[in-house]
Amino acid sequence: MSQPFRLSQGGRIDRAHPLRFSFDGRRLTGHAGDTLASALLANGIHLVGRSFKFHRPRGILSAGAEEPNALVEIDRGPGRREPNTRATMVPLAEGLVARSQNRWPSLRADLGALAGLAAPLLLAGFYYKTFLGPGREAWHRRWEPLIRRMAGLGRAPEAPDPDRYANRYAHCDLLVVGAGPAGLAAALAAADGGARVILCDEGQEPGGSLLSAPEARVDGQPAWAWLAAMLQELRGNPRVQVLTRTTAFHFGLQNFVALAQILDRPDGLRERLWQVRARQVVLAAGAIERPLPFAGNDRPGVMLASAARTYVRRWAVLPGRRAAAVVAHDGGYADAFALQDAGAAVVGLLDLRPTPPAALLAEAARRGIETLPGQGILATRGGTRVTGLRAAPRAADGMLNTSRSRDIACDLLLMAGGWTPSVHLFSQARGRLRWDAITDAFLPGEPLPGVICVGACNGSQDLAAALADGFAAGHAAAGRPPPRRAPDAEPGLSPSFLPLAAIAAGAHRLPRAFVDQQNDVATRDLALAVQEGFRAAEHVKRYTTSGMATDQGKTGNMLALAVTAGLLGRDLADLGLTTFRPPWTPVSFGTLAGRHRGVLFDPIRTAPLHGWAVAQGAAFEPVGLWRRARFFPRAGEDMAAAVARECLAVRNAVGMLDASTLGKIEVVGPDAAEFLERTYINAFRGLPVGRCRYALLLREDGSVLDDGIAGRLAADRFHLTTTTGGAARVLHLLEDYLQTEFPDLRVWLTSTTEHWAVIALQGPKARDLLAPFVEGLDLSPDAFPHMSVAACRIAGIPARLFRVSFTGELGYEINLPAGQAPALWQALWEAGQAQGITAYGTEAMHVLRAEKGYILLGQEADGTATPEDLGLGWAIGRRKPDFIGKRSLARPEMRRSHRLQLVGLRPHDGRTVPDEGAQLLGAADATGPALGYVTSAYASATLGHPVALGLLAGGRGRHGETVFATRLDAAPLALVVVPPVFHDPDGRRLHV
Amino acid sequence: MLLIRCPWCGERPETEFRHCGQAHIVRPADPATLPDEAWAAYLYLRENPRGWHRERWRHLHGCGRFFNALRHTLTDRFAATYGPGEPPPDPPA
Repeated sequence: MSQPFRLSQGGRIDRAHPLRFSFDGRRLTGHAGDTLASALLANGIHLVGRSFKFHRPRGILSAGAEEPNALVEIDRGPGRREPNTRATMVPLAEGLVARSQNRWPSLRADLGALAGLAAPLLLAGFYYKTFLGPGREAWHRRWEPLIRRMAGLGRAPEAPDPDRYANRYAHCDLLVVGAGPAGLAAALAAADGGARVILCDEGQEPGGSLLSAPEARVDGQPAWAWLAAMLQELRGNPRVQVLTRTTAFHFGLQNFVALAQILDRPDGLRERLWQVRARQVVLAAGAIERPLPFAGNDRPGVMLASAARTYVRRWAVLPGRRAAAVVAHDGGYADAFALQDAGAAVVGLLDLRPTPPAALLAEAARRGIETLPGQGILATRGGTRVTGLRAAPRAADGMLNTSRSRDIACDLLLMAGGWTPSVHLFSQARGRLRWDAITDAFLPGEPLPGVICVGACNGSQDLAAALADGFAAGHAAAGRPPPRRAPDAEPGLSPSFLPLAAIAAGAHRLPRAFVDQQNDVATRDLALAVQEGFRAAEHVKRYTTSGMATDQGKTGNMLALAVTAGLLGRDLADLGLTTFRPPWTPVSFGTLAGRHRGVLFDPIRTAPLHGWAVAQGAAFEPVGLWRRARFFPRAGEDMAAAVARECLAVRNAVGMLDASTLGKIEVVGPDAAEFLERTYINAFRGLPVGRCRYALLLREDGSVLDDGIAGRLAADRFHLTTTTGGAARVLHLLEDYLQTEFPDLRVWLTSTTEHWAVIALQGPKARDLLAPFVEGLDLSPDAFPHMSVAACRIAGIPARLFRVSFTGELGYEINLPAGQAPALWQALWEAGQAQGITAYGTEAMHVLRAEKGYILLGQEADGTATPEDLGLGWAIGRRKPDFIGKRSLARPEMRRSHRLQLVGLRPHDGRTVPDEGAQLLGAADATGPALGYVTSAYASATLGHPVALGLLAGGRGRHGETVFATRLDAAPLALVVVPPVFHDPDGRRLHV
Repeated sequence: MLLIRCPWCGERPETEFRHCGQAHIVRPADPATLPDEAWAAYLYLRENPRGWHRERWRHLHGCGRFFNALRHTLTDRFAATYGPGEPPPDPPA
C-alpha cells in the first residue's frame, strides 16, 4: 500500500478511497482522483516508455493533454486494449491495467535502445534517404523491415471493440471550451443572463489552473472553496451543462464544434461525440508550458516546472526529493518554491537570464535556495532517471562555458521555458494569429464573429485578468447584464522572461536537445534540414517530422520554430506557424463512427418477399441499399449450375422473380402525359389507356440516366417504373423540373416503390399459370398483348398487371400491395409446381436480359452513352419539340460515327467468358488506344456459348469483325462482333 | 448541426436538405434554335465564387420543395433563403 512519494496531506485525492492498479505487471496503489501519471509518480515511477525512434527512456513531462512521452497501453480486456493513451489524462480506476510500449524485452532493459547509439545515422530525412542510393530493392529488403521492427508506438487492438459509442447533436447560446477560471467566469455570467450554456473541459475535474493553486483567493475566498461553490451553482442550473473529460477537438464553420466525451459507463457506453452548434463560443483553452533546449532534456525526471507544482498541489505527490530547476521565466521560481514547501530539497535554480528579478533572487536566498543566474545546462546524467546535471555559464549567443561547469546531483529537474497560448481551436476556426511581442507569443488576431478568446489562450497572464475577461465574454454572449459582479482576485505582476529567440540561440549546436520528444526530433535535425535547403516552416516540419506525432508538438513546436528561425536568420513572427489541424488531441475511431457499425453501418432494405428467399437458402447481393436474391442454389449446386438451371426454366417453362425493388412513381394529373412528354424521350400523348411504353430518361447533356416502363392506367394517371438504384434520383429530377421549369403543369408525383410488391412471372407457361388466378381480365394475346397494363384482381387481391418482359419470353409483372405479396407468391409457387415453376434471382435475370441485348443502367448505359449509342434511337419521339437532353443529341459530338456503340461479342473459341470491363483492341498485339470495352459477359446455358455486350467505336459498322478483349493473366481473347440480340432476334416469343 | 430556414417550414437541421447547385439558371425556352455554344454554356458553365453564392436547395426530407439561398462559400453562412421565382436579395455588405 506504500506510496513513498505521496504527501501526507493536501491535494484533491480521496484518501479514504484507495485504488489498486498495475503497470507492466507491478501491483500498485493510488487514490480516487489520481490520474495514472500522478499515481505512478506517487509510487516513484518516472520511466514509463521508450521513444519512437531511438528507444530512449522517457518519463512524464507534463500533467495534461499536451503530454508527448507518457504514452501507455490501457488493457480493459479483449477488444478493449487501447494503445498510445496519455497517462496524464487517464483517471485511475480500480483494477486498471497499464503497460509501457515500444520496448523489448522490458522497459528497463530495452535492446532497441541500441538504436540510440546509431543516432547519428537516424537524423532528419533518414526515412526519405532510404528511398535513394541502392534503390527500391534495398528499401524492401533492408530498410523497411528494419524500420517497421524498430519504430512505432503502441500495438493496435486485434479484437473487435465490444463497447458502444454514442452521438448527440446540440444547440446552445454559448459553448465555453475550458473550465479554468476564465471559462468558469464566462459560464457564470452567461448563465446569469439566462443563456443556454455548455461548458466543457478535457480534464476529469473542472477548475483548470485553480486545481493547482489552492493558495489563490477568488472573491476573497480560498480558490477551491470558490470553485466548489460556483460548480454547485452551475450544475444546479437546468440551462447549463458541465461536461468533463470532454475535449473540443474540432472547430468548424459557423461555430460548429465537435466534442469527444469519455463516459466509460458501466453499461458499456464508452464515448460520445457531440456535434454542437453554438451561437457564441468562448475559447478559454489555457496555455502550455514549453520545455528548454539542452543536452539530455528528455530523461525521465526532467519535467515541466508547472507540471511538478501541479503534481504537488493537486495530487499531493512529490515528483522528486532533490529538485533542480532551469528557468527562463519568472513562473519557474514559484514552482520551485512549491516543491520546497512540500518537502523537496531544491538544490540549484539555474536561470538562463544573467539578471533575474531581484525580488525573486531575494526570496530564493531567504529560502536558502542557491540560484545560478546566467547559467545553462551542459548535460544531464542518468539512465532511466535523471541523477544530475552539469551547469555552465551561458553567453547571450547560447554558448556554454565548459571550463567553468560544475555538477549538481538531483532526481528531478524542472524546466520553465515560458508559455504558449493554446490558439489551436481559434486557428481551426480560420482565425488569424498575430505575433505579440509583449507576451512573446502568437495570439488570436482579428476577432471572429461569434468567437471570444479569454484567459491564458488570449495572452492573459494573471488570474484576475482571466476572471474579468471571462466574465465580460459570458456577459456579451448572453446579451443581458448578469445580476452579479465579476469575480475578482489579487492582480498579479506581469512576469518577465527570456524571449524565445534568446532561448533558442545556439541550441542547434547542442547534442540530443529534443524539441519533439514523441517523434525524437532534436535541434540538430532542424539544423540539418536548414543546411539541406529547407526554408519554410511547413517544409522543415515535414522533413524532420517535428510536431507530426500524436501530440502534434504541443510542448515543443514553438521552440522548434524559434530554432529554425534562428538558423535562417529570420524573425519568428516572420517565419510564421505551421497549420493547426483537427483534432486537437487524438479521438478514437469508435467515437467518430458512433452507432454506424455492423448492421447499422449502412441501412439494408429488403423487399416483402425477402423472407421467402431466405427460407429457400438464396444467395444475396447488395443492389444499392437493397439486398436481393442473386440465385437459389439447390443441394450440390454452385452459382453457375444454379443460374443455368434458373435460366433454362424461364426459357422452357416459367420462372418467378421478386422484382419489388424496382422504383415506382405514380404520375397523376390532367397534365401527366404532357409532363412525361417533356421529360422522357418517348411520345406519351398518344399512348392509349391500357398500354405501356419502354421509357428512357436522359440528362440534359444527352446521356441516358434511367429507364423503365410507363403504363397508362387512365388519361390522367401513369404508373412509371425506374431502375432499382435510380428511383430516388429520378424522382428528384422529375420534381426539380416540375417545380422549377414547368410549374404551370398540374401534375403530382408520388413514390410508390414500397407500396407495390412486384412478382415477375416469365416464360412460355406464364399465362397458363397465371390465368386461373385473374378475375375480370382476358389474358389472351389479342385481348392483352405484349406491353399491356390493367387493374384487376388476382387471387382476390387488387392488383395492377403488366404484360412486360425483361427476359425476352412471354411475361407478366404483377404489382400488388406489399403486405399481400407473400400470399400470392406462395399460391403461384404451389400452383406452378406442375409447370416446373422455378424461382430465379438477379444473376439469371442479368443473363436472360443480356441474351436479349437489353441494356442495364450502369453497365451498357455508362453515363456517356446516348440512346443512339445503345441502339435505342427508335424510342425517341421524333415529332416532339423538346424533352430533357434533346438539344444535346444534336451537338456534333453526339452525331460522330465513331462513338462507342452497343454490340454483341461472341468468343472465337466458343467457351471463354471475357472479363467485364476488359478493353477491346483491334489486334491481339495492338498498342494505341482501346476501341471500347466489354460491358457485360455471361455463360449462356440457353445458347451454349458465352454472350457478351460491349461498347465499341463505330461498333454497328463492325459486325463480323474480330476484336480482342484484354485479360489480366492471359493473351487477349478473340471475339467476333455481332448484333447485340442473341436470343430470338425477331421477338416472336414476346408476342405469343 | 447547421439550421437552414426553409421558406415554407422554417428552421430545420441541415441533414434534411440537399444542395442543388447554382440558382437562377433558366432553361432556354426553345433549345432547338439555340447555337451550340449557348446550349453548352447552359449545360456546363457555372460560377465558383469565393464568397456569396446564390444556390438552389431542396428540403428533401421535409416538404420536398426547392428554394433558393444566399450562402457564403467560405463560411457557410446563410444570409437569406427565398422561394423560386423570387428576386435574389443583395449580399450582406
